[in-house]
Amino acid sequence: MTSNSPSKPPKARRKSNSQTSDAEALALAQHVDSAKKTYGRGAQIRTKSMKDKKLRSNLKSLESKYRNAALQAKNAEILLDNSAGLLEPENELERTYKVRQDEIKAGVAIETAKKGFELRLEGLGPYDVCEYTRNGRELLIGGRKGHVACMDWRDGKLGCELQLGETVRDAKWLHNNQSFAVAQKKCVYIYARDGVEIHQLKKHVEATHLEFLPYHFLLASVSTAGVLRYTDTSTGQMITELPTHLGPPTSLCQNPHNAILHVGHQKGTVTLWSPNSTTPLVKLLPHHGQVRALAVDRAGRYMVSTGQDRRMSVWDIRMFKEVHTHHLRQPGSTISISDRNLTAVGWGTQVSIFKPDLFTHSPDSAIKVLAPYMSWGGEGQTISKVKFCPFEDVLGISHTQGFNSILVPGSGEPNPDALEPGTNPFETSKQRRETEVRAVLEKLQPEMISLDPNFIGNLDLASDEQRRREKDLDAKKEDKIAKLKNKGRGRNSALRRHLRKSGQKNVIDEEKVRAKEALRAMDKREMERVKKLKAEYGPALERFARKRF
Amino acid sequence: MKIKALSRSAASAQAPGSSVSRLPRNLDPDLHPFERAREYTRALNATKLERMFAAPFLASFDPGHVDGVYSFAKDPESLEHFASGSGDGVVKVWDLTSRGEIWQGQAHENMVKGMCWTRDKRLITCGSDRTIKLFDPYNTPTKSPPTMTWLGQNAFTSVSQHRSIPSFAASSSNISIYEISRASATPVQTLSWPTAIDTITAVSFNQTETSILASCAVDRAVILYDLRTNSPLHRNVLNFASNAISWNPMEAFNFAVANEDHNVYIFDMRNMKRALNVLKGHVAAVMSVEFSPTGEELISGSYDRTIRLWNRAKGHSRDIYHTKRMQRVFSVAWTPDNNYVLSGSDDGNIRLWRSRASSRQGVKSFAQRQKLEYDEALKERYKHMPEIRRIARHRHLPKQVKKASEIKNEELNAIKRREENERRHTKKAKVRRKAEREKMMLAREQ
Repeated sequence: MTSNSPSKPPKARRKSNSQTSDAEALALAQHVDSAKKTYGRGAQIRTKSMKDKKLRSNLKSLESKYRNAALQAKNAEILLDNSAGLLEPENELERTYKVRQDEIKAGVAIETAKKGFELRLEGLGPYDVCEYTRNGRELLIGGRKGHVACMDWRDGKLGCELQLGETVRDAKWLHNNQSFAVAQKKCVYIYARDGVEIHQLKKHVEATHLEFLPYHFLLASVSTAGVLRYTDTSTGQMITELPTHLGPPTSLCQNPHNAILHVGHQKGTVTLWSPNSTTPLVKLLPHHGQVRALAVDRAGRYMVSTGQDRRMSVWDIRMFKEVHTHHLRQPGSTISISDRNLTAVGWGTQVSIFKPDLFTHSPDSAIKVLAPYMSWGGEGQTISKVKFCPFEDVLGISHTQGFNSILVPGSGEPNPDALEPGTNPFETSKQRRETEVRAVLEKLQPEMISLDPNFIGNLDLASDEQRRREKDLDAKKEDKIAKLKNKGRGRNSALRRHLRKSGQKNVIDEEKVRAKEALRAMDKREMERVKKLKAEYGPALERFARKRF
Repeated sequence: MKIKALSRSAASAQAPGSSVSRLPRNLDPDLHPFERAREYTRALNATKLERMFAAPFLASFDPGHVDGVYSFAKDPESLEHFASGSGDGVVKVWDLTSRGEIWQGQAHENMVKGMCWTRDKRLITCGSDRTIKLFDPYNTPTKSPPTMTWLGQNAFTSVSQHRSIPSFAASSSNISIYEISRASATPVQTLSWPTAIDTITAVSFNQTETSILASCAVDRAVILYDLRTNSPLHRNVLNFASNAISWNPMEAFNFAVANEDHNVYIFDMRNMKRALNVLKGHVAAVMSVEFSPTGEELISGSYDRTIRLWNRAKGHSRDIYHTKRMQRVFSVAWTPDNNYVLSGSDDGNIRLWRSRASSRQGVKSFAQRQKLEYDEALKERYKHMPEIRRIARHRHLPKQVKKASEIKNEELNAIKRREENERRHTKKAKVRRKAEREKMMLAREQ
């Protein structure tokens, strides 16, 4: 476990047996590399070329600290409790997408098999909402006709069940399992876990989609009029209202890596928003028809979208480039990406789940359409929402006739971090209260939302240079004429153009005089050059000796 | 088909029957988004908390002196005892833990100018009544007469005890070395710069390089002497006179000088061409200075009624202490445990302050210690951020000090501007710029 023992192999051994030590060194280098890759904090700073001694030694010690931290984090991996689930064919004839739920249930532990269940809720309308809390303990489902229920789905304990008698368009858990927001017909309401209405957000008019940013305590909604609104749920204040000017939105998702909201529009565009800018940060065009669903992976690298044009396209949102696109048989109505980058797409009555190689699939490869990892459905229930349960191998599917929870081995993050606020699946109520206080204390300000979440503390080199330039009043002004003098190349010399363009003809100032003089000198030089050339060319060819301007 | 799905039992999080839940960690960066932003927010909170908990003043020692407190002496053999001398000749010995007086005596007819403890826990005081007296505060009752008295030609200004041999240096117009065992009026040794005639205001033995002595005088000189060769080593004349000298206890060759020009200068005795550092901030003469026992920090008391705490390597003070009733500060000291500082001022009170305004001394739990360390690291990492820097630097200053510093700044800028203008209109390289660390140096003799 100690970091210094593997990092410094004893020298004596190296001398005595170079063969093994080479292999050892190679293994060590690989270990260090992989540690840097997963736990490192970007490129190393080059300290050797630094002149300032104090800075150099400071940065050196910092760098070594970072390196040690990465190595120790890597070494601490052996302390992780669980390994991820899997579904693997044992021979070439088996296909993972042919495995049915009852086969999986038969193959796993009883406790795990219980996690796959079905809620038949016929007549209460299509269920457009299914949401898990951030630790995956609690489930919130909502039907279009106004039926909202929350439950501890593993224990089967009902939190509350509401018949709102009003259209429910979307619902979202807030920072923990104590409250959730519901976008109803007119405005957004916040309910406590036991179903008591706590707040009415009147300003969130006719919200169609909701999104909650847990680290910023921001509830965002986008309305039928296409207005994006942010409310701080810890203070209740409206942060901003941003009209998208792109009509009624068709989908909304957040990038969990940098808290940017992705809004899908009718005309196939996806716009990226932060509360700090009244215009979208980025506009993408992944589809030809309306964008039906959007999802971004946990690390904020890839965005998957489906559109009415029946395409599913995968975008690299670090470069804003499409990785590849493929066709579904029907337009995908919902997407969810799990913690281990499994992508579930609901299209028609089917759900397909793709492996993470969806993100890296090259459009040029021989396989045009990727085979799904798993699939489900086809029983006449139109899928309206899929959602992976965090920290579990479970996918929640809500459809016209209720809700299904299916087992998807390998989808969930096996090792939660208990000290990360909100993500401890075995949280006690005391821990929940404490983390809530701590999370509010550490609430991030909306100004910190940007495409690069680690911009804080970086040096603003551009404005520093500008400031310095402004500060240095004694600096010599650059001599325009001298600069132009060296430029005369083509027929239309720069000096001549300067003279032509530098304002009134009748005003003669020092600069103009200098420019004229320079022009005259240049003319003279040119004439001499021509004369010389004529002599050189001889009488037959002298007509080819010409002035250059 | 190989099938495996996640299954975590509740028992894996909390063993049945136990009340302690496990807190498994996963350091994967993807599980911890917004790392920088969250660290910054924590650093900001930590900085705010530090300022909220800043309560530097602890207590004043009761009953204080009738006249101003002009000298301090810490007992080097004890963690809790120190002596203070006042303008009316009274010397008191204090206990830090109980904050009570344990001994007092009328040492001199008027001002007690300097004091020091001997290695056998006796107190040497000197005064402007031309006497040096030796008291035994731990073994004699209060107000008992001195056990020994030395008479001198002139008023004495300061005394300093040698680290190992039982003798001490006293300064008047020259430096005289007396032996504690001999009560003769003639000193064992006298040291002086051949041409110097003015009064020496402070003398201080180096406690590590034990035969080196430093003094500063009214004629603006800072002089180093060596006891072994019985001769002065080096004389630096500064622009203004200095008031106090303190050797760095950890870096034996460095010492700080409290100067009349509002600055504290740190010198390296091996290279006296320039100062090691200039500590700027006071708006009146600095009356006393002392290095902390760790040698990392300094405290200075000034005529502007404030105390400033400094980092040895930084140019500006890290903190400034003041109270409404504290008058001119003539003496300051760190307690030997590095956690508190003492100040004696013109109003006769001796005040006890925390050396870190927001620190608390009580026993801390492991979690608490860990949190404080983490906060320290965060504050250090994000100290450059504008908001954090603003909050960390913000101090309430007395109106007079603030006004005075504004005026001082204006004047300094005017001088600078004038010099720049002169430079612009003289031949190139005729008027050279002088480094800030060399500016105060008027002359150097060896």
